Amino acid sequence: MSMQARAGDAELLAALETYEPVVGLETHVELGTESKMFCGCATEFGAEPNTQICPVCLGLPGALPVPNEKGIEGTIRIGLALNCTIATWCRFARKNYFYPDMPKNFQTSQFDEPLCIDGYLDVVVDGETFRVEIERVHLEEDTGKSLHVGGATGRIQGATHSLVDFNRAGIPLVEVVTKPFAGAGAKTPAVARAYVSELREICRALGVSDVRMEQGSMRCDVNVSLNKPGEGLGIRTETKNVNSLRSVERAVRGEIIRQKPFLDAGERIYQETRHFHEDSGQTTSGRSKEEATDYRYFPEPDLVPMAPDPEWVRRLKAELPELPAARQSRLKSEWGLSDKDMGALVSTGALDLMSQTVAAGASAADARKWWTGELARRANEAGIEASELAITPQQVAEIIGLVTSGRLNDKLARSVVDGVLAGEGNPEAVMKSRGLVVVSDTDTLGAAVDEAIAANGDVAGKIRAGKVAAAGALVGAVMKSTKGQADAQAVRALILERLGQTP
Amino acid sequence: MAPSELIHLSAADLAARLAAGDVTSVEVTQAHLDQISAVDDTIGSFLHVDGAKALAQAATVDEDRAAGKALGPLAGVPIGLKDVFVTRGTPTTAGSKILEGWTPPYESTVSARALAAGLVVLGKTNMDEFAMGSTNENSAYKPVRNPWNHDRIPGGSSGGSASAVASFETPLSLGTDTGGSVRQPAAMCGLVGMKPTYGSNSRYGVIAFSSSLDTPGPFGRTVMDTALLHEAISGYDPCDSTSIDAPVPGVVAAARKGANGDLTGVRVGVVRELGGDGYETGVMSAFEAGVQTLRDLGATVTEVSCPHFSYSLPAYYLIAPSEASSNLARFDSVRYGLRVGDDGEASLEEVMSMTREAGFGAEVKRRIILGAYALSSGYYDAYYGQAQKVRTLLARDFTAAFEQVDVLVSPTTPTVAYPIGAKVNDPLAMYQGDLCTLPASLVGVPAMSLPVGLAEDPADSGGTPLPVGLQIMAPTMADDRCYRVGAALEGALDASRGAPFLAELAIR
Amino acid sequence: MSESKISRDEVAHLAHLSRLSVTESEIDTFAPQLERILEYVAKVGEVAADEIPPMSHNVPMTNVTRPDVITPSLDRDEVLRAAPAAQENRFRVPRILDEEA
Repeated sequence: MSMQARAGDAELLAALETYEPVVGLETHVELGTESKMFCGCATEFGAEPNTQICPVCLGLPGALPVPNEKGIEGTIRIGLALNCTIATWCRFARKNYFYPDMPKNFQTSQFDEPLCIDGYLDVVVDGETFRVEIERVHLEEDTGKSLHVGGATGRIQGATHSLVDFNRAGIPLVEVVTKPFAGAGAKTPAVARAYVSELREICRALGVSDVRMEQGSMRCDVNVSLNKPGEGLGIRTETKNVNSLRSVERAVRGEIIRQKPFLDAGERIYQETRHFHEDSGQTTSGRSKEEATDYRYFPEPDLVPMAPDPEWVRRLKAELPELPAARQSRLKSEWGLSDKDMGALVSTGALDLMSQTVAAGASAADARKWWTGELARRANEAGIEASELAITPQQVAEIIGLVTSGRLNDKLARSVVDGVLAGEGNPEAVMKSRGLVVVSDTDTLGAAVDEAIAANGDVAGKIRAGKVAAAGALVGAVMKSTKGQADAQAVRALILERLGQTP
Repeated sequence: MAPSELIHLSAADLAARLAAGDVTSVEVTQAHLDQISAVDDTIGSFLHVDGAKALAQAATVDEDRAAGKALGPLAGVPIGLKDVFVTRGTPTTAGSKILEGWTPPYESTVSARALAAGLVVLGKTNMDEFAMGSTNENSAYKPVRNPWNHDRIPGGSSGGSASAVASFETPLSLGTDTGGSVRQPAAMCGLVGMKPTYGSNSRYGVIAFSSSLDTPGPFGRTVMDTALLHEAISGYDPCDSTSIDAPVPGVVAAARKGANGDLTGVRVGVVRELGGDGYETGVMSAFEAGVQTLRDLGATVTEVSCPHFSYSLPAYYLIAPSEASSNLARFDSVRYGLRVGDDGEASLEEVMSMTREAGFGAEVKRRIILGAYALSSGYYDAYYGQAQKVRTLLARDFTAAFEQVDVLVSPTTPTVAYPIGAKVNDPLAMYQGDLCTLPASLVGVPAMSLPVGLAEDPADSGGTPLPVGLQIMAPTMADDRCYRVGAALEGALDASRGAPFLAELAIR
Repeated sequence: MSESKISRDEVAHLAHLSRLSVTESEIDTFAPQLERILEYVAKVGEVAADEIPPMSHNVPMTNVTRPDVITPSLDRDEVLRAAPAAQENRFRVPRILDEEA
């Protein structure tokens, strides 16, 4: 990411002159199991409403839960990847509170006995490494989804009624809770973002979740407090459901800036839940935590304890795939990239794309050039992730191959990219339909060269007189008249030959 | 055979006659439906009877039998199901207004096994709302009357299942026992009632009251009938995570073995803490006569102390309401059941609160509030947490006792059935009636109640004598011991009175 | 006995937590009943049990799980027919006051 100044930087720096920000993150990851956590219903995203429901996940009277072994395994694998200690004995607990999209009006979760505790994750921001400590990783079930009707823009406020779909209810949900982290100063918002990004990459590498923040399979709650250096922790606010990497950064930054004037004026911060609005980047006040429900946790009597066999846990650990940090450091050296280039690839989400492009035959240097340059620019312009561009790494590699073999030059290649992105087909098809090909055939180029020489007599004269460097102007003229399709090397050779110079 | 004779037969006799082709299931079922028509307006055993469905099921069994298909030992015999068992396509209310009119889209494991065994379901039996109560006065629909004396309670919470068997509306029924809800009404109605080992009978599809205690259990008029039903419904169920994945002991074989009347070598322990002060004299003398009979049958009888049993009652009245407060949260007007106050203006929170206020009875609300209190963060350790520790102490008492004896015995209840209305305003007094049944519930061990005689209510001198139950407790997964000892005792008592226990009621 | 264990306010608060819109007269009935019950059940505190582990089930079992296999779901129409209100294949509920109750 470019280091251009972001909106609010001055305000952020002003807040940091007086206060130290402390951030805690609670990230929910929906596991990508075939079936739900406590029943056999399917978990497909976007299915017709209420078609993936059964007595268990609908909380019908008499129904009982049976845990999905893959849910437990997935949670432990996340814990292992985050360097956690895995419990040898722990239990599910009931978290009791009423909410219409929670069928039993208690959530089967974990309370004081989580599956994984005490881990950490190192993240790199602008070349500096920060260690984010993990307090716990626990397993729970997701809720259903409500559609609010009758109010403005589907918000809950002002709605006349709501419509509930329980397809999501009971999907395994892993909650990763960090310890409060401090000391990152102005980089705090970026560290928060980098942490969530790294966690997402880890889950992706583990294959435990599709971690799609825009679909809600990864969601983040952001806790922020400010305190004066040397003083105790301030009162924190919790911003709920922050659903993109960019929003994580904005939510942290925004909350630091928002809290400052209250503290300056000697007022207190209310411990409350705030809601993040994706459109404005602002947060608004929700429920005050001072009236927080007593969740009346108790061990779930319908389930027996989990006691992961240490031997099994050791095997899971040994079988973990290469994790993103290790992979990045390996690829960086294999590809001979600088920290900066590597950072750019990671932050634009193009590492996998780059890797697949290399695997499809492109050189690392060419692949990097495309993914951090032209393609990053296109994604940025469209406001999407590089992976969402309508071009595959295989197609990029193909275009690179066409440039290398001389059938395309850079300018034509960009036009081919345009065509692929516009859905005109594979690179070869685009070249054909758009008539994009480098012309190096001497007969075809000869006329254009003769024309250019005739039209630029004085330049031609200089070249004849031995000033070979002046050939560039004639090459430019030929390129122009051939609409960029001429092979520049061939044109130059032809010009020099015509004007009696040795190419 | 005349319908009046059919309904007085035991399930085992009925099964034998059905198997022999002497009678059809349709005839047997019709005879019981007729008895329901005749007496149930008075007794109130059933909340829902589906005669057409029962007769159709009976006809299917008859056809299968005629076609020579292999059938279970109880095929064609009628049964009543406590309305706490979820039954697909048949209304299920758990005795509560909040579920009035609910027709479940699935079937409980236990009722599915009863159906698979060819048992003919007559209907759903009355109960205390969500199984909370010991008198059946907490049914939201109607009280149940004790067939021995219609002014008296039948016991609860499976009161309808008990009264239905005692009044010959069905030879068999299923209840659930959380703190004594099968054993106590069995005792008060003069039946055999069994609380199997927790985890050996699936809770899947049983509307939960207290998850760590609820146990489906059978009622019958004889030990053998009860054993036959027990064996038909028990066993591991992968849909219940607390289900025990081990073979259920052969309770029918044990009942057969007990019927030979020899208890030589069997060590019986009388629990010192369950008896004496606070127990009616008639109850104690019937119980002691039962113990003497065990001695006469060759058992060695000793007194055994279980010092923590007196903590069962307070522990139970913390654990059960706590779990219930959470289990009953799902009745919220969103997905099924009652909805009250939805006028387009009221918020969901208000509608939920009005619905639950209108849909739950006083005992249920009392226990929900009590449970919420016991689970609150400030009180958890002193109440729910401490109560769970008491269970460990109780388990240690049982373990120590079962090192000395094979079974433990006690009266099932401290009193005979008391008058309807006697304790409605004094919940704690009602709870005291569960003293003897709670230890086995809290530890999960099997326990049976069987009738050992009749006794007068001391407050009603000269009144109708009422049944007294004797409780037999055994170690986890040793349910068969209850049946062996129970069958031996039953045989001896029947011989001495010259007739099966319920015969007296049948004649009345 | 010492000070009261449960006040009328506490009964009202617990009723609200439990979504029961109890009446004043019910609170009048419940508060003294609950007080008596709580005085009685507090007896569990008499047994010193610091070193005693809590118990919930008779047979200690662990790791009861099922394989990650899809099983059929219920018929949506049948389920929605049993609901107090449904609309657009969803369960319809009155307006919700806040993001979290």
